[in-house]
Amino acid sequence: MSAPRPDGTPKVRGEFAFSSDLSAEGMLWGTTVRSPHARARIDRLDTAAALAIPGVRAVLTIDDVPGRRLFGLEHPDQPVLAEGEARFWGEPVAVVAADDRETARRGADAVVVDYTELEPFTDPTVAEDRGETFRVFDITHGDATGTVVVEGYYETGMQDQAPLGTESGLAIPDGEGGVDLHISTQWLHADHEQVVASLGLEPHQVRLHMAGIGGAFGAREDLSLQVHLCLLALHTGRPVKMVYDRSESFVGHVHRHPARMWYRHEAEPDGTLRRVEAKIILDGGAYASTSSAVLANSAYFAVGPYRCDAVRVHAVAARTNNPPCGAMRGFGAVQSCFGYESQMDRLADALGMDPIELRLKNALAPGDRLPTTGQLIEGSMPVREVIETLRAMPLPADETSGDPRRLPGGTGNTTPASAVVRGVGFAVGIKNLAFSEGFDDYAEVRASLGPDGLTIHTAAAEVGQGLVTVLEQIGRSATGVETVRVVWDTTAQIGSAGSSSASRQSQMSGGAALSACEAVLAEALRRGAGDRLDDAGVWRGDELVTSLADLTADGPIEQLERFRHPRTHPPDEHGRGDVHAGYAVAAHRAVVNVDPELGLIRVVHVDTAQDVGKALNPQAVIGQIEGGIMQGVGLAVMEEMILRDGQVANASFTDYLLPTFADAPTVEAAMIEDPDHWGPFGAKGVGEPPTISSTPAIVAAIRAATGAALTRVPVRAEDIASQWSVASDQ
Amino acid sequence: MIHLTVNGDPHSAEPGPAESLLSMLRNRLGLAGSKDACEQGECGSCSVILDGELVCSCLVLAADTDGSEIRTVEGIADGDDLSRVQEALLAEGGVQCGFCTPGFVVAATHLLDTNPDPSDDDVREALAGNICRCTGYGGIMRALTALREDS
Repeated sequence: MSAPRPDGTPKVRGEFAFSSDLSAEGMLWGTTVRSPHARARIDRLDTAAALAIPGVRAVLTIDDVPGRRLFGLEHPDQPVLAEGEARFWGEPVAVVAADDRETARRGADAVVVDYTELEPFTDPTVAEDRGETFRVFDITHGDATGTVVVEGYYETGMQDQAPLGTESGLAIPDGEGGVDLHISTQWLHADHEQVVASLGLEPHQVRLHMAGIGGAFGAREDLSLQVHLCLLALHTGRPVKMVYDRSESFVGHVHRHPARMWYRHEAEPDGTLRRVEAKIILDGGAYASTSSAVLANSAYFAVGPYRCDAVRVHAVAARTNNPPCGAMRGFGAVQSCFGYESQMDRLADALGMDPIELRLKNALAPGDRLPTTGQLIEGSMPVREVIETLRAMPLPADETSGDPRRLPGGTGNTTPASAVVRGVGFAVGIKNLAFSEGFDDYAEVRASLGPDGLTIHTAAAEVGQGLVTVLEQIGRSATGVETVRVVWDTTAQIGSAGSSSASRQSQMSGGAALSACEAVLAEALRRGAGDRLDDAGVWRGDELVTSLADLTADGPIEQLERFRHPRTHPPDEHGRGDVHAGYAVAAHRAVVNVDPELGLIRVVHVDTAQDVGKALNPQAVIGQIEGGIMQGVGLAVMEEMILRDGQVANASFTDYLLPTFADAPTVEAAMIEDPDHWGPFGAKGVGEPPTISSTPAIVAAIRAATGAALTRVPVRAEDIASQWSVASDQ
Repeated sequence: MIHLTVNGDPHSAEPGPAESLLSMLRNRLGLAGSKDACEQGECGSCSVILDGELVCSCLVLAADTDGSEIRTVEGIADGDDLSRVQEALLAEGGVQCGFCTPGFVVAATHLLDTNPDPSDDDVREALAGNICRCTGYGGIMRALTALREDS
């Protein structure tokens, strides 16, 4: 039985306040002037005409940024507003505040910017040749070779996180030179640090408040409108609200890096993997964001969850004039998984071996070393278990209904039942948990026991994943008190929880909550001289010794805890070292129906077995698995930001295709519980693994159905149809 | 000035010439339950029932709703009692970030009002205009399945 979401009832009633629902007395609306060019010199920026519009209260440019003009999560290299040159299509150039949203938009239209268009650099391979890179990372280990060799070239497209809630927030000046910012973000304190730097204020003068978050998936890790809102509020002395519309959201946050990958696998005739070589180029776009870390992740997991004696990985994050790329669910592991799992199928074919047997033959286990880093695997690593569990799950029955809605053409009625071919595909993925490479990764939680129960204070972002429920559950389990609530403190009231990313919050903030609650319990029992706590108070045997009210009459019993995972280290010059705190693995099996003549696909069913350590809230875990798989479906068959000379051609929900209910496969999930060596109750993060191997499993299924050599995602209709027509001519 | 009934209550408003029903609900009538995620009628986050028809309120001109009867997510629960659709979405894990949830509550309510015993394919087709980015639709499907078995 899973505990219910405390935020569920207001959400189904329409009463839950998302950041776009906030308002304040005397509030202005902000909007952003954006570059219409992928690369252009800014010759003149004239705000006079905009300021002359009645109701326009401020028009700000880079010259109005009092502090650091650059921001960035890892390397501050991105101007708060373009300075001298616009480096990607949609880059913010100026911001406007006005009495209402329409006036703000008219003001933005009236800002005069004279550009000299420059030729954009949009090809990451050319960028690498020119030395335009954010990071070049090589992993070199071993000299082994194998006699059976397969090579392949693979690509993945630029996917968007597309959270339903667009970027939005409300900044309120405090009248004393400071500001309160209400914002939906994945990492309140990282935002705070960057906002403070750009405003040139003292940290205590800027307070960030967590506002309701309409999904994230990596899109909210970097700053978007945070500094802009504060600048406008401080400049006008009035509250300012900003809400991106959908087209703006598509350029207002970073995206999943498109990847170009070359792979060479070498194995013994018995299937033993001996050598993997890979070259991976990620297009980082115009600014650094988290490209360095995403790149390293692609490289660290370039072999997958398999043993291998020799590894050569050359990985490059290129700088181009395309939209900046950064964090998205799976964080680099998604791209290389498509590469190595496509290769494993190719290798199985070359060996004449069952592809599942090939994977089992090479599956990593505790006590092995990760082939890339050489790090000894501690804790759980149930690769064999996820594969075998998945293999034992029954396949769905063949389609019998004949309902056109179940056919690849759907209600378009384009595909007759007789044209449908079915395929089954399989893939396994691996992901690190929490932050790696020596980053000081921690999460702070304060537990407070008062007369009304237990309160857990945190700054951790509840992006929809259900952390709020898990923290409450941990509070109840750890103390015996049933009345538990989670409170989001501001940056002035609590330390960082780190990011709601890298599948880390259940372990990190969960771990901090567990320690804090256990300390509160111990203190309550000491003060009450009892042996058990609940909502009534402290008990000794069957006797209530002290009520909660008496116990906390002099103030709440509080404990602040800062949780850290096992220490990690940067890699050496060969890319080797103890860089990760832990891992999770998952396997996916997809069943697809395809109309090969038209290239239409329906993903019918996906089975998965996922390593979850310990499922703290099974319903929330299933929700993460199903939702994550759907994003893998999206990358496999439809989701891609189309760029033309650096410009996004499909920045809308009409043109960027997201899986709907009609596209959703049924999902069966098996949770493999093998408690890990850290994290509360042995739990592991669960958010990202579903998105990693679901994509290659679906593509493998389409290959199995059609025989087409599909090396690129998303798979396009013409990729299938063109190969089918060639095959049927022969 | 237009006059309309929203969730049984009379309202008057003076919307702008190009203002959508969604904007009027959110910004003039103080009903922020309907969400704004695409403004193109693609995601269903702003679904409302307009004179018995399920519509995306972002695609309806506010000025055209004079004399209309509108039901929004705020009008689905009976006071403190959640509707069976709301209860089922909570019970089956159909709510995560919740941004799509108001639209799903309205669309699923309309579906069951007009087709009390929908097949799986009916549910998928009827709710295909509501995008959920979090749940993968599994929890929402289980909620609708539970309601179908109840009826």
